[in-house]
Amino acid sequence: MQPLTLSKVAVRCGILALILFVVVVVALKFGAVPVSLYGLAKDLIGVLIGRSSNISSEYGMIIREIRLPRIALGIFVGASLSVAGTSFQALLRNPLADPYVLGVSYGAAVLALIIEPHLALQPEIAAVFTPLGGFIGATLTIAAVYLLGRYHGDIDSKTLLLSGVIVGSFFSAMILLLITMLPSSSTRGVVYWLMGDLSTPMPPILGWVLRTGFFAGFALIYLTASDLNLLLAGEKEAMHLGVDVKKVQLVVYLAASALTGLAVSVSGSIGYVGLIVPHVMRMIFGTDYRMLLPASAFGGAIAVVIADTMARTVAAPSELGVGAVTAIAGAPLFIYLLRRRLA
Amino acid sequence: MSASRGSVMERGAPDGSRMNADVRLSVEQVSYAYSPNPSQAPIFTLEATSFQVKPGEIVGVLGPNASGKSTVLRLIAGALQPLSGRILLNGAETHLMEPRARAQKIAMVQQESQLLFPAKVWEFVLQGRHPHGKSLRFENDDDVVIATNALRQVGADHLTDRWMDEISGGEKQRVILARALAQQPVLLLLDEPTLHLDIGAQVDFLHTLKKLTAVNRYAVVIVTHELNLAGEYADQVVLMQKGKCLRVGTPASVYQRDLLEQVFQTRLMVEQRVNGRPKVSVLESSE
Repeated sequence: MQPLTLSKVAVRCGILALILFVVVVVALKFGAVPVSLYGLAKDLIGVLIGRSSNISSEYGMIIREIRLPRIALGIFVGASLSVAGTSFQALLRNPLADPYVLGVSYGAAVLALIIEPHLALQPEIAAVFTPLGGFIGATLTIAAVYLLGRYHGDIDSKTLLLSGVIVGSFFSAMILLLITMLPSSSTRGVVYWLMGDLSTPMPPILGWVLRTGFFAGFALIYLTASDLNLLLAGEKEAMHLGVDVKKVQLVVYLAASALTGLAVSVSGSIGYVGLIVPHVMRMIFGTDYRMLLPASAFGGAIAVVIADTMARTVAAPSELGVGAVTAIAGAPLFIYLLRRRLA
Repeated sequence: MSASRGSVMERGAPDGSRMNADVRLSVEQVSYAYSPNPSQAPIFTLEATSFQVKPGEIVGVLGPNASGKSTVLRLIAGALQPLSGRILLNGAETHLMEPRARAQKIAMVQQESQLLFPAKVWEFVLQGRHPHGKSLRFENDDDVVIATNALRQVGADHLTDRWMDEISGGEKQRVILARALAQQPVLLLLDEPTLHLDIGAQVDFLHTLKKLTAVNRYAVVIVTHELNLAGEYADQVVLMQKGKCLRVGTPASVYQRDLLEQVFQTRLMVEQRVNGRPKVSVLESSE
């Protein structure tokens, strides 16, 4: 009997942070301008430990202004989606639950699509309003799915999941309708948005909102980690083991939905991260949510940074949608995991 | 142990004010009504039910399907709020307790536990320490000792490192009981714990429960369909039918042929065994 301890969690998170660092360094190297891997790692460590305030001027501008912000965005988007997926799986007692199954991303896309091309906004205003529209769309979808998913005043997992599927398919039909109504010049941008896009520069305020939102949402969910362990065995069992089921469900549902809303509003639709990463992490680290939640955060960050690096380098100079890469890699991986579990 | 309202009931039900200091659980004139929609008439009602359980005592709640057995158990567990009456555990109303404080005193053993993802036996038993933990509830050495002891007490210590989905039904019930013991409760509630077990495993399980109840002085309420097992292992039984508590007393006093035949709608034979415990057999319709 070797129960999980805080030090075990810290060591494993340290290893995952190291892997994330290596992935970030490698991701920074790839691109049109060649950059030395050694110099890059040395500079980044210098900045991280506060010995240096700058990255070498030879490639500093490209790293600081272009590649690093995009990678940072990928880290927070990946971590948010993955933590949200891990949470929804426990909350709904369904291994297939993820932010996309609940229709949240489609809701975000609908409002973003209405705002972006139809209002003909100035680019700098659109840069704030499109994500804001996405977040409002996600929030409204969450509210709709939550209200539809209630049964006798309580959250019913099955009803909630089915409501998510139906609301999602309704919004995906709306998205198709909106696309047909758009002028052809806007279609390409919309399709990129639907396939996930980390390349659009983001105003600093949005970056701050995303980071703060992630840490706040993660902290709220992590405080319920041991309750989520018990919810996996069912609501009644959790209640008999001392979990305030209604409170935990509400807090985790709102926090996980906010994480999804934030991620989708700044990156568009990046599927499979919230579904696959929790499963892979569960296979490596077990089912204890006190380990699984931080592991999923790191895993999601690593997965999206790798996927985005592939998206911008595989077919260079043109770019693929990062959501297309995660879907192409994620679907076969999920089938493999499913078969392995059944075997 | 006292009686309840009903057509056939024992006399002299003590009320709360005259409650024996030795009583741990007191169900006092508790009623409940269930309606799927608040605007509709209730589809199930539990009429005023009363009984008491002392430390070290096993009380069996018996009755046909839809008689209200599980409702009584859920009311005791504090999961439902009584329409009238009250349920006191050491003087405190169970449905008013804060969930964590309640789980430190009341443990529930259900028919089976459905796990979404596989877990090791020791991980499962350690869950019983959850109500006693601090905020993030990382288990300490004391928790490990308590969980190990719980597994040993139910005779399942050899299963510690096995996966929950790889052990037999009988072994699983023992592990679920071990998790309940790890909660260090004063009241143990069991909802048809032997439902999916073969007769050998049923006897084995109840024998262990009887022994642990005597040693640890738990108050135990067990809902079961097994008349003979309840007759053998329960100190008192509560007989229910269609939401009414018909009779409360020792198995020998409650297991009356006419009464059981009326409740279970089948021809039965009731014998007294040498040890004073009743034995119920089903008669063929031609007999």
